[in-house]
Amino acid sequence: MRTRLPAGLLVGTGLVLMLLLVLPTLALLARSAMPSFLSALQGPTVTAALRLSLGTTAVSLLATVVLGTPVAYLLARFAFRGKALLEALLDLPLVLPPVVAGLALLLLVGRRGLLGAPLEAAGVHVAFTSAAVVLAQLFVASPLYIRSMKAAFRSTPPSLEAAAVTLHASRLRAFRRVTLPLTLPAFIEGCVLTWTRALGEFGATIVVAGSLAGRTQTMPLAIYAELERNLNTALAMGAVLTLVAFALLLTFRRLTRAA
Amino acid sequence: MTHPPGPESCPGRASRLLESVTMTRFLSRLGAALLLAALGAAAARQSPRHDLTVFAASSLTDAFTALAHAFEAANPGAHVSLDFAASSTLATQILQGAPADVFASADRAQMARITDAGLQQGSPAPFAGNRLVVVVPAGSSIKDVKDLARPGVLLVLAAQQVPAGHYADAMLAAAAAQPGYGPAFVQAVHANVVSREPNVRQTAAKVALGAADAAVVYATDARGLPDVRSIPIPAALQPAIAYPLVALRSGADPSGAAAFRAFVLSPAGRATLAAYGFAPPP
Repeated sequence: MRTRLPAGLLVGTGLVLMLLLVLPTLALLARSAMPSFLSALQGPTVTAALRLSLGTTAVSLLATVVLGTPVAYLLARFAFRGKALLEALLDLPLVLPPVVAGLALLLLVGRRGLLGAPLEAAGVHVAFTSAAVVLAQLFVASPLYIRSMKAAFRSTPPSLEAAAVTLHASRLRAFRRVTLPLTLPAFIEGCVLTWTRALGEFGATIVVAGSLAGRTQTMPLAIYAELERNLNTALAMGAVLTLVAFALLLTFRRLTRAA
Repeated sequence: MTHPPGPESCPGRASRLLESVTMTRFLSRLGAALLLAALGAAAARQSPRHDLTVFAASSLTDAFTALAHAFEAANPGAHVSLDFAASSTLATQILQGAPADVFASADRAQMARITDAGLQQGSPAPFAGNRLVVVVPAGSSIKDVKDLARPGVLLVLAAQQVPAGHYADAMLAAAAAQPGYGPAFVQAVHANVVSREPNVRQTAAKVALGAADAAVVYATDARGLPDVRSIPIPAALQPAIAYPLVALRSGADPSGAAAFRAFVLSPAGRATLAAYGFAPPP
């Protein structure tokens, strides 16, 4: 098992997929690097979409951290009946096609949906609002955060917390001062993955939230709409999203290496 | 993972070894199966079948599916691949080099993008017309176009660059100058728009799913939808809707493209279009 495969063979076969994974991004960046790059980004739809994307993903990330951390802790530290089933259900949004996720959400919160109809009667509209955008992002992206925090909590021995408690730390303080620092790399990873996934959300959003500039048209939806109106704008917006995502991944690598 | 105790001296390691051998065998078989499937797919691709690719506007989905079947029946050996999307999407794809043989657009503006680039073979021919309607869920309290201005109505239109969205905007622009409607009506309707969808069929689907209260679509889109009622739009507000068709030079089969174009324009083709609710070209 310890013998290595010949390096030439590895590089040769590996290169095929590596090129396939890298070249499309390079093609996009090369094509969008044009003199009109900045002016292409100055339309009102672009600023509205960028603002909406940043706002909704900030909300969905915050909600993920606040609501997802207890879920991950619960799943990592407690055993109960039906846990495997629950874990599979919570992972399901990750493997569902986004369009299906959007359809499922629409049947839940749409005007005639399971929750939508009673909400509607109470005067609360969800479908076609920014709340629906956040909901779609939360649905498809938060399982990534739960997964990485769950693994981190699992690999942090509860005995460390117990030791802190014997040293007269409160349980909350023990969690804050012992467990949280140890899970920091996983926390950063979970946040980066969740945020980038939410930023790129398209399929579920267009189904449950629709596409209206300034209200529900996030960057990916705006890029899709601009493709048919102004290709240069679509390219420039695509390049911006790519660069943002890449910068995030790179920072994340640095941070986890430091932690 | 636990293992039942076996007769071996070291049961754990032996069964784990056995397991890993089985796993390796399973993986190599899976790999071989995938490789075969990929080769099979590649071989199927290379079969010498006569493939004609037709790009048609979303609203033509049902009519062109029927037309393609009729064309294949009339031309043994011919096979038509259909791709339906917003005309604006299809035009963009053709301009980016998509190998289409025929393009059927829902408006002249999207066709002009193709002819401006000189991709046509012959000139575009108008082959059908249509009308706009408002679709609402079957039990809706919306009875008239004027009800679209009621506060709180969730109205869905196609995107501006999509022909159906462009026509809906033209309809509202006409309403602004029309007695009984006026600018206040148009402003109220615009305030009710909650989404501009990527194509007309998805626009109609939002009402069929019960997500939206109303949508402006073509009369032909309302026909196949369950639990949906369509409200006519007065003639004074109707834009002139013309569907042009063109054979493309960029395709793989220029003579097949010309034959398909002729087939759509033939009396049989027009009869099929009429059966799906399309009007003669304006």
